[in-house]
Amino acid sequence: MKKSTRAGIMSAVVWGSGQLANGQWAKAIIFFVGQIMLLFCFPSVCDGIYGLATLGETKMVINGSKVTMGDNSIILMIFGILWLFVAVAFLLLYIFNIRDAVKNGRLRDAGKKPLRVKEWWSKITDRSFPYFVLLPTIILVFVFVVLPILFGFLIAFTNYSAPDHLPPKNLIDWVGFQNFADMFRLPMWNDTFGGVLLWTVIWAVVSTFTCFFGGLLMACLVNSRRVRFKRFWRSIYILPWAMPGMVSLLIFRNMFNGQFGPINTFLRQANIIEQNIPWLSDALMAKIVIFIVNFWLGFPYFMAMMTGVMTSIPSELLEAARIDGATAKDEFRKITLPLVLYSTAPLLIMSFAGNFNNFNVIYFLTNGNPINPSYKFAGSTDILITWIYKLTKDNRQFQMASVMSILVFVVIASISTFNFLRTRAFKEEDMMG
Amino acid sequence: MSTLKAEIKSPPVYNMERQSAFSIGHAFAEVIKTILTYALLCIMAVFVISPIVWIIGASFNNASSLLSATAIPKNPTISHYVELFTETKFPYWYANTFKIACINMVVSVILSMLTAYVFSRFHFVGKKAGLLSILILQMFPSFMGMMALYNILWQLNLLDTHLGLILTYAVGQIPYNTWLIKGYLSSIPKSLDEAAKLDGASSTRIFIQVIFPLSKPILTFVALSQFMAPWMDFIFPRLILSSSKKMTLAIGLYDMIAGDTNNNFTTFAAGAVLVAVPITILYVCLQKYLIQGIMAGANKA
Repeated sequence: MKKSTRAGIMSAVVWGSGQLANGQWAKAIIFFVGQIMLLFCFPSVCDGIYGLATLGETKMVINGSKVTMGDNSIILMIFGILWLFVAVAFLLLYIFNIRDAVKNGRLRDAGKKPLRVKEWWSKITDRSFPYFVLLPTIILVFVFVVLPILFGFLIAFTNYSAPDHLPPKNLIDWVGFQNFADMFRLPMWNDTFGGVLLWTVIWAVVSTFTCFFGGLLMACLVNSRRVRFKRFWRSIYILPWAMPGMVSLLIFRNMFNGQFGPINTFLRQANIIEQNIPWLSDALMAKIVIFIVNFWLGFPYFMAMMTGVMTSIPSELLEAARIDGATAKDEFRKITLPLVLYSTAPLLIMSFAGNFNNFNVIYFLTNGNPINPSYKFAGSTDILITWIYKLTKDNRQFQMASVMSILVFVVIASISTFNFLRTRAFKEEDMMG
Repeated sequence: MSTLKAEIKSPPVYNMERQSAFSIGHAFAEVIKTILTYALLCIMAVFVISPIVWIIGASFNNASSLLSATAIPKNPTISHYVELFTETKFPYWYANTFKIACINMVVSVILSMLTAYVFSRFHFVGKKAGLLSILILQMFPSFMGMMALYNILWQLNLLDTHLGLILTYAVGQIPYNTWLIKGYLSSIPKSLDEAAKLDGASSTRIFIQVIFPLSKPILTFVALSQFMAPWMDFIFPRLILSSSKKMTLAIGLYDMIAGDTNNNFTTFAAGAVLVAVPITILYVCLQKYLIQGIMAGANKA
């Protein structure tokens, strides 16, 4: 039998024994410790994966004042995912252990000597710097980002919802694609989803474009050669961007208050209207107010970016155009505008994605209201993200919230991927650079 | 080089078409256009400023209701500012938010910078997979894991603590920030590090003395956006914090007017002013870095 095969088989049975046969005792100890740890973890790993598969079997029993705790499906699920990852990590270590034994066995077959402990150690310390730096980040990101996302994803395939499936009182179960089917087949869900999605798309498109072109117009105006005190004007228009958005939105919510708000009071006193205008309690009116307020909040951002581009256009370029006989109009249309549009196009896409998920504007301004009786748990101005929030926080329909999150993710991910592929960063420069 | 530039710049060469712009008809049109431009600028200025003027005025109003809150207060008073400090938990909220913002800024800048540095300057097994995961993770909306996060923090005994909130903010933004900073670092020529290495500098020293100073613009942007997040965010503090002494400003201010708008309004206005003024000044002062950072992010996506 070849030395490589024998080392491989040995390591497959007792981890590190192949390495020992290859004469690499330090490695052998590490792998062997790995196997011991696996033996210790094995019951937990099995329990964890079993819990993930069943999501708990013992229900909480309430007998008079005596409560016997049962399984908490949510905790079982989280730890199940965790242990599943531990299992995968052990599996990878196991495979690596065999491959390493075989590789060094081959060296011995070829008559060469595997690395001595000292050489190996210096090689490891040399190469492992990135891992040492990354390790804390990896752990944190795993616990606080990856695990929650996976959990959120899996919830879509369970019946985790009020009133009958709320841990720790009740257990939850896997239901496969039932929720997706409900979303698209049950009229109540389907109508709400269709309506909210349509409004979300309209909202994202209109709000992005109004702010983009508003910003463009203001940038052109402020930077026009007619205007003096450019800095002064610019500082005024930048204020909405600089103010904390939440504060501004809460201010607007009060300004547009239908009963007591200053706008209605002003209009009444000026004898323009007799009856109060229902700014936020009429569905159409509320949508218009949302666009106006969002314009106030959003155009300064684009104005600032575009001004940045405009001022960075080399003056030689404009001089040259002037010498060639370009008028001010030509200069603007053929040089300034294309440059501005070209460099702010990615912002347009990002802003669209941002608006699609713009929780703050909707939640703070209208709270999704006015109430729409034909919608399930949503108001007339709710967009997908605020609906998801309401489903989660107020109505505890976690399974449906999760289904929706997945759909939102698909939309956002497509936009981001498109944007990413579009940038030259991916095509030209090596992505790994 | 500079003399060459000067030669091109002066004297300005005007062609015939430009000179004809000084005829009477054109001059008239120019005046009209200028007036229109200024008119539009003024209308927009009023549109932008009026809510701000109103809220500042309202905060000095004597009465407490929304109905009586006028832009120009009749009997100006600072009593609402005093009330904020004596009758609400406003000072706590302010201090909490400031503390969370600062720690969040420091932690996430350090973690993202180190991660980005490693990804842009070292070659190691799993680098490609790591970068791809970062790219995918930064696409997920942060609320998606809301419920799981709540349960995880509960298991770690971090519910209703600032540490839980800070970890949520700082770690949640690592994928995006890393991607942003890495894009910036890749544009710093590697020959710089290599030169430093030839001169005998260690990796740590190269990082501190070469890479770090050069990446200041993008770090300023990341730091500022991390600092700002806790002032605006509502979802996570609402999820994680429950006792009123531990809350952040976003929650505190929201609750102040969520229920009984008409009665607490002027106190809210005073709070809003106190929050908005420093943040606005900070933003206006640092807008140069913000614009640079956003453009860099957009082009690296």
